[in-house]
Amino acid sequence: MQLVSKVKEKFPNLVLETLQQQSDDVIVVKKEGIRNICSTLKTDPEFRFEMLMDLSAVDYLFWEEKEFRFEVIYNLFSLSKNRRLFVKTRVPESDAVVDSVVSVWPAANWLEREVWDMFGIQFKGHPNLKRILMYEEFKGHPLRKDYPYTKRQPLVGPVN
Amino acid sequence: MGEVKLEKFNFLTTTLNDAIGWARKYSIFQYPFITACCGMEYMSTSCSHYDVDRFGAGFPRFSPRQSDVLFVVGTISHKMGPVLKRIYDQMCEPKWVVAFGVCTCTGGFYDNYATVQGIDTIIPVDVYIPGCPPRPENVLDGLIKLQEKIQKQRQEV
Repeated sequence: MQLVSKVKEKFPNLVLETLQQQSDDVIVVKKEGIRNICSTLKTDPEFRFEMLMDLSAVDYLFWEEKEFRFEVIYNLFSLSKNRRLFVKTRVPESDAVVDSVVSVWPAANWLEREVWDMFGIQFKGHPNLKRILMYEEFKGHPLRKDYPYTKRQPLVGPVN
Repeated sequence: MGEVKLEKFNFLTTTLNDAIGWARKYSIFQYPFITACCGMEYMSTSCSHYDVDRFGAGFPRFSPRQSDVLFVVGTISHKMGPVLKRIYDQMCEPKWVVAFGVCTCTGGFYDNYATVQGIDTIIPVDVYIPGCPPRPENVLDGLIKLQEKIQKQRQEV
């Protein structure tokens, strides 16, 4: 049985969609269940995704067919089974909060800070959610598609 | 140098201004402020193939308080801006600044939220060396231009 179908069988209410993109396994899950699913994917002997390779986000602001704005993407890798899995969760702008997975993978700490810094998505339960790349004085989140690309916020010197 | 006369006794006459300029231009203590890939070209310029020591600038000091020329080598982000300003402020007069590479000159292709659009928005710059990164010959050309500038300027003592 395929990996994605196994996950769907385990969480029939939380998995919205499963798909194959260029031979990668992708599951789209409800954002309420993200920590639960991640924890199971890590510890369940059937999955064993010990490693969080990457955690990032996409802003779909100008995609009219999408009813959500952000997508947070978890790139998982299983060292013991040599498998990869992409877990995606959809985040609306009005409620841009996702449960933190730092308690599952400590590697998520800085990655979630980066997503917060660049996209302004909050991670509930993160131990130290503050900017990691930009300076504290920076206003806004630069990788949001509505951040004006000519806008400059220097600490010293003229604004433009 | 300006006018130099060799008299029948073995001595030279010149102006104090020219003599100080001559001494200063051949004893540049540089402070390399290296943040990015231009550092590779800086290293190749300063090592034996191109040998920046031929121009009297072979002695990098890693304290701004002991150096004359600030080499800003590589992209400066807005987060780094106050650090660069502070380094410049720590240097003693007389001091000069070289913008090494196109990122320090104008921001280069980093026309974005994170990058300082030319370090001359923060500190005064004497010589701009464009290039991405500049060839060592280009760097040496910039250094010679800086030496000419040091020679010609009014020397504050």
